[in-house]
Amino acid sequence: MVTGILGRKIGMTQLFSEDGAVTPATVIKAGPCVVVQRKTVERDGYDAVQLGLVEDRPARANKPTAGHYKKASVPPTRVRREVPLAEGGDAPVEGDQVVASLFTDGEQVDVIGLSRGKGFQGVMKRHGFSGGRATHGSMFHRAPGSIGQSSWPSRVIKGMKGPGRMGGDRVTVQNLRVMRVDAEQHVLVVKGAVPGAPGGLVMVRKAVAGKAAPSEDK
Amino acid sequence: MNAIETIEQAQMLERPDLRPGLTVRVHVKIREGEKERIQVFEGVIIAIKRGGPRGTFTVRKVSFGQGVERIFPLHSPSIAKIEIGRAARVRRAKLYFLRKLRGRAARLREKRRPMAQ
Repeated sequence: MVTGILGRKIGMTQLFSEDGAVTPATVIKAGPCVVVQRKTVERDGYDAVQLGLVEDRPARANKPTAGHYKKASVPPTRVRREVPLAEGGDAPVEGDQVVASLFTDGEQVDVIGLSRGKGFQGVMKRHGFSGGRATHGSMFHRAPGSIGQSSWPSRVIKGMKGPGRMGGDRVTVQNLRVMRVDAEQHVLVVKGAVPGAPGGLVMVRKAVAGKAAPSEDK
Repeated sequence: MNAIETIEQAQMLERPDLRPGLTVRVHVKIREGEKERIQVFEGVIIAIKRGGPRGTFTVRKVSFGQGVERIFPLHSPSIAKIEIGRAARVRRAKLYFLRKLRGRAARLREKRRPMAQ
């Protein structure tokens, strides 16, 4: 059984529950995906499938890539990612379709995406340093402060937190609740926020550390 | 129509056309354990925030001399009904100036020709 699906983040909205409580939710266009390649223990040493995300915009494939897709007899896609397999269910074959019906309402999923790039940021935003006093002539506002000792060791220890590029990292958000699945429209609604900007590529997979859905009366 | 609009559209409920200055009676469903009852909150709409299913409106009333404001999500399923009463003639969208006024000064002039409902 395939454990994940590729998609694109559409954006966020909110959902009302019956008692009027409002829940933030992210809408994801999940799939449809095709199995481009099947990895097997015998040949590759592990079990997985390589999925391609089928989109409206056609992919431009050079000859080697086109040949790779030809093996599965599927049209080339712009995005390919590997997804591990789980026990049970039908063994996927190259050319198979993977759609959002993989998930059910109330199930927990992990969503992996590329966070928005924030550019070169200081230590307060990047690492949550508290900074200094704003007023009363403190003369110390957003600077990092001391980054080490003196003549010994005469250097800054490795891994010291400092300013630098922030964002644009692969981020995994674990255990988001699936609120709605529409396999026909390829739409998945999950509770809470998901990394990246609208239109960004995300991978939704079954939660690796998930728990069962909570009972109705908490 | 994109996927978000489809999801949001499905949540929108039938609501009357609300305007700032309207006096309304909002019937709110309240759950007490297993029982559900209706509570009415009556007051003047002093602000409306648009935004499709995310829109809200603020109702202000004076209760025992104490001003009380409540913000309702317009499309919340916990609102059973919105009754519309008097319409006041107002010249701005947000009636926050009412917060500073007390008693007779806080009265609003009624609209001469009430809006078609």
